[in-house]
This record gives sequence, C-alpha cells and structure tokens, in this order.
Amino acid sequence: MKTDIILSGVGGQGILSIAAVLGAAALENNYHLKQAETHGMSQRGGAVVSHLRISDKPISSDLIPMGKADIILSVEPMESLRYLSFLKPNGYLVTNTTPFINIKNYPEIQSVLNEIKKQPNTIAIDADTIAKNIGNGKASNMVMIGAATPFIDIPFEKIENGIKQIFERKGADIVELNLKAFHTGRDFALENR
Amino acid sequence: MSKKLLLGDEAIAQAAIDAGISGVYAYPGTPSTEITEYIQDNKTAIERGIHSKWTANEKTSMEAALGMSYAGKRALVCMKHVGLNVASDAFINSAITGVNGGLVVVVADDPSMHSSQNEQDSRFYGKFSMIPILEPSSQQEAYDMVRYGFELSELLEYPVMLRITTRLAHSRAGIEAKAPSEENKLSLPTDMRQFVLLPAIARKRYKMLIEAQDKMMSISEQSTYNTYHEGDDFSLGIICCGISINYLLENYPENNCPYTYIKLSQYPAPQEMIKKLEKQCDEILVLEEGYPLLEEQLTDYFGKGKKIKGRLDGSLPRDGELSPDLVAIALGIKTPQEKKTPELVTARPPALCAGCGHQDLYAAMNEVLEAHGDGHVFSDIGCYTLGALPPYQTINTCVDMGASITMAKGAADAGLFPAIAVIGDSTFTHSGMTGLLDAVNDETNIVVIISDNDSVSMTGGQESSASGKLEPICAGLGVDPAHIRTIIPHRKNHEEMKKIIADEIEYKGVSVIIPSRDCIQKVMRDKRKNRTVVKTDCKK
Repeated sequence: MKTDIILSGVGGQGILSIAAVLGAAALENNYHLKQAETHGMSQRGGAVVSHLRISDKPISSDLIPMGKADIILSVEPMESLRYLSFLKPNGYLVTNTTPFINIKNYPEIQSVLNEIKKQPNTIAIDADTIAKNIGNGKASNMVMIGAATPFIDIPFEKIENGIKQIFERKGADIVELNLKAFHTGRDFALENR
Repeated sequence: MSKKLLLGDEAIAQAAIDAGISGVYAYPGTPSTEITEYIQDNKTAIERGIHSKWTANEKTSMEAALGMSYAGKRALVCMKHVGLNVASDAFINSAITGVNGGLVVVVADDPSMHSSQNEQDSRFYGKFSMIPILEPSSQQEAYDMVRYGFELSELLEYPVMLRITTRLAHSRAGIEAKAPSEENKLSLPTDMRQFVLLPAIARKRYKMLIEAQDKMMSISEQSTYNTYHEGDDFSLGIICCGISINYLLENYPENNCPYTYIKLSQYPAPQEMIKKLEKQCDEILVLEEGYPLLEEQLTDYFGKGKKIKGRLDGSLPRDGELSPDLVAIALGIKTPQEKKTPELVTARPPALCAGCGHQDLYAAMNEVLEAHGDGHVFSDIGCYTLGALPPYQTINTCVDMGASITMAKGAADAGLFPAIAVIGDSTFTHSGMTGLLDAVNDETNIVVIISDNDSVSMTGGQESSASGKLEPICAGLGVDPAHIRTIIPHRKNHEEMKKIIADEIEYKGVSVIIPSRDCIQKVMRDKRKNRTVVKTDCKK
C-alpha cells in the first residue's frame, strides 16, 4: 500500500488540518508516514503545499518525485493546477471549486475550472457551500478529505477516527459537524468519480 | 513505546528534553523556530523548569548556553543558518574554550531560500571551528543524534553542531522516543581558567583543539551513523550527506541500488571510508544539501585524480535544495513525462495580512515620499519586508537583522536626504539598538521608524523582547524625547501619521517614529485562546 498526496492551497486555509487527520489515521493503521510542510514566509497568504506520503513500507524521501503523486488534494481551484507536474498520468485531482482571491490578476474562474476538467480523473466540489449548508463554513476542509477518501488506501473508518481524534477537544457537536461534512464529501466523490 | 508524529524540529526538541537539558536558548528563525516552541509547551520541560524563554538574538543565546555548560549542565542552542552569523563570535570561541556540560548547537539551513536571504551552508562554520558536525538523514535519526550529540559533547569536552535543512525540520514522521535522562547537577569546570581566553591560555586551548582532531576523526570512522554499503557496480561510488540518502534510495524503491555508497551523517568526514570508496570505484558522485563542501574537498585542484561529480561539475545544480528528481538526473535515470502547469496559473506571493498596521504605515509613507522620489527607505527582516512588493513598493533594502538603521546612517553620511529606516520591534532589539546609538553619537540626519506590532510575526507570533520597552530604550540611547513620536497606524490616523513623518524628515538629527498596533494574527490568536478559556471555565 502506498498513497502519495500533494496537498495545496493558500496560506491560512488550513491544509495542515487535512494532513493532521490523515496522519493520525495512518499512524493508527501502523503505516509509515512522511509529511513535508510549508512554514515561514509563504504562510502569509502565499501559495502553500504539503507532500503527504503514506505507505506500509518505510518511506525514503520527504518529497514526492515529479509525476508520482497519486492524488492532488487542493482546497483552492487555481492552486490545484500549480503542482500538476507532480501528478502521475492516471492520478486523481480532487479540488474545491471556491476560489480564494487575494491577488489582482486571478484568472477568470470558469477558465480555471475548464482546465481542471481537462484532467482525466477529477473531483471538483464546492466544499465551501456544502460546509455552509451543513452549518459551518470552517468544515470545508473535512468535505475535501471526504471527497478524496475513495482514492486513499486507508480504511474509511480509520480516517473517521482521525477526525474524532483531532476535534475531540472541541466538543461532541464539533466532531459531529465535521463527520457530517466528511461524509457529504465522500458521497459526492463516490457519485461523481 | 508507541510512535509520535513529530516534525523534525519537534523530534530534536523531544530528544533534548529526554537528554536532560536544563535550558534551550534561541531567537525565532525559520526553519528552526518549532524546536524551542515545542520545549516551551512540553509538560515535562515545564515541570522540570527547563529554561526556554526567547532571547534577544542568537549571540545572546549562544553565550547563555555556554554559561549553562560552564555550570555543568546540558544546554541546547537553536537558530537558523543566518542566525549563526550573529552568534559566530561566541560559537567559534566556544570551540576554543571547550565545554563542561554538554552543548549542542542546532543550526537549520534553508537551501532554496524558502524563507531566507541566502542559502549558506552551516557545515562550513562547523569545519571552521573544528568541532564535530552531525547531519541526520531522518526525523528519527535527528532524535537519536541529539541524544548522542550530548554524550559526544561531554566525552570530547567540545560543543557539537547538529546541522539540519528545511525538509527535515518541517517534515513529520513517526518518532520513537527512548527513556529520558536526568538533568546534570551543577558543577564547575575542573580547570577554573578553561574559559579565560587570554592569549596565553587561548594558545594552549587551541593546540588542544588541534590535537583533538584525530580523536574526532576516529570517532567519525567508527560512528554507526556513517555506513558503507557495497554494491556490485563499481563504475560509480556515491557519498550521501544527510538527507540526500533518501533521494538516492527513492530512486531504488526495491532497495536495489547497484552502486557502492556511503551514508554520511557525522563529520569530520570519515577519511578511511572515503579512501576505500575511491579505491573501489571509477568515479565518485557527492550528494550534499547546500554548498559543495565535501565535493570541493575531494576534487583535485589539478584534475589528476578520479572524476568527482556533484554540484561543481554540473551533474547537480550549483544552487537550491536537492530532490529525488535531481538525483535521478545525476544518476542518468529516466524520469516520467511530467504534466505541465497550465499557463493561466499566476504567482501568488505572500502579502501583508488584511488589518496589518504595516500597511497603514506604508500607505502614509508613500504619500509623504512622493515629493522625494524612490530610493530613500532602508528596511529590515520581518513581515514588513513584504513592503518591497506591490502594492506598496515602499522599501529599497533588506540585508540582515538591524541593517536598516545602519545603512540609512551610511547613506545619510554620504549625503542622501531623506534617509529613512523601517525596522520591526523585535528586529530592533535583536540588532538595531547599537546602530541607533551610532547615529545618536554622530548626530546623523535620519528618521528611524520602528513599526511595532508587539510580536515576532513572520515566524508565527512569538513574544517580542522589545515589548513595552521601545520608548525608554530610544530615550536611553540618547534620542531627544521630543523626537520620539508614537502613533497608532490606522486609516483614521492617516493624515496625522503623514504629518509626523513629514515633520521628522525636516528635523535635522535622529528622529524615531513608533507606529504601534498589535499584529492582527496575534489579536486573532488571543481571541481564540480567550474563547477556549471561557469554554473550559463553563465546564467547571
């Protein structure tokens, strides 16, 4: 078993919460894990990326080689395209469709979505709206994890446990909300894959 | 023991606590910051009362740690690579004094300059000071090598450098911790003049350091962290320093590297081991993160020896961090056809946050400076350096911590008017105060703007050494109190701020303007913290 994931987004969007959930799930499954993060300057609203590698065998490099990622999981549509060179030919591009516009020359959103559709395997999901409808826009990252689960070789229940673990301290209702977001994302991906 | 998911930085911190340190000394700097933060929040460290408060700068860190070592206890110092430039006086002399309690100096290099001004390789400093350098290849090895580093430091009675790079520092992996040790007891050095570097004593101590080199080398040759892996293809021998071993093995997923290679994690570089490789193989490829330190050492000046490949001969790029792909190219392994990033993807550089006071300062400065034209603003290291980028493009320099004030002074000495420095609060107490004293003593015509957000923000909002002290410090250094001006940088104060800046430009002498407003990230963090506290109270 081996899943290499490029996590991408904009500094402040919380891609590390996604990494934390998947990391907890991988450890619980006794898998090996390496996860390279972006800290420092680019966190100030710049493009951020994290390389998340999960395997049942020891992992050598902290960085995923070009053209070898199984999934690009992005919480922002334009950012999902920035690291395309890492995606393997039949890899999955799973992205949020709500743009994060903090630059003047952000391209027209429809052309971004068209580029995404050109990829052979994509899940494009409006995680922000789904999360808001569930009751909290902050849960959009859990919608995104849910949408990626069909392509990650970790038992679904283990990832659920990961969410429970990460949000436990914030109370039962927060855990429930995030699990609901997670399931909605997963259902969407299963229907639209 | 179960594994804990830790950043390389956190693994180092956990190891230092488990090694029985009595103090960590550091100034925040990417990618080293999380080491100290972990210790500050760690339960055992708090119970033990391990010192972990941030220091004013890396030099005071290094000296305080040396003092703790003098008193017989184990101390950890952490900094980013350029921080070692600041600490270098103390660092290099600590190899002459030697240590009493174990002293490990962690230096985190930032090849590819993810968040830095250069990509200098700290191994040169280690070699320059003639002390052992440890360069772990993984997070687990970082944990193990910190524990080992303290033992080695006490065995040799010298400080030990642990050199890491961004990818190790900021990557997580499962870590297995080992049984913790007790702290050392307070004990003075046996030789009460060991730390007195008067020439007569320093000469003796330096000879001792030279004599200790053989022992350091033989420990390196025997070290379990340096290993020789014999292959069956002798056309190439490979030396993998630090994390580069991972990039080599990534290219041989079935653990089937045909070439003989050395995994090198401890310096001085093991000479016998490398000689054996040279004897066995036709050519040598050196993989090292950072500068070509070892490659340069092995390359024959007159080109008579065997071919040494690496960053100097073009097998690998001369600059930037390594990757599995770059190593594949150097090995002649074909890499898969890559998908291309679509052209519509635009750059998204970091920017000042919405609600940040630096923005209001730059907005006011730009209007005032319109009359004088571009080229009058000397700035410094911090979030406000982003003022060089659009939309503000206010600042003209960023060189090193504190250089804003001194460069403005030099330009004013040359006749530039106006000459304005923009520096942050913690950068000012790190290295700006002495420059301001120079300007006061020289009665230089400059305006120093200390853009105060009461936090070390770029590294994540650590406590600023300058907190609440800026005005008295400036007055104490001799700035005329009538020309120490404070204001809240906010849109509603825009006109007043412009007037203050314009007035102080006209004043012939040293003026200090302190626009003060808390970092917006800090405000939001504090709000969240308060909310959590309220919740916990409700439960009770």
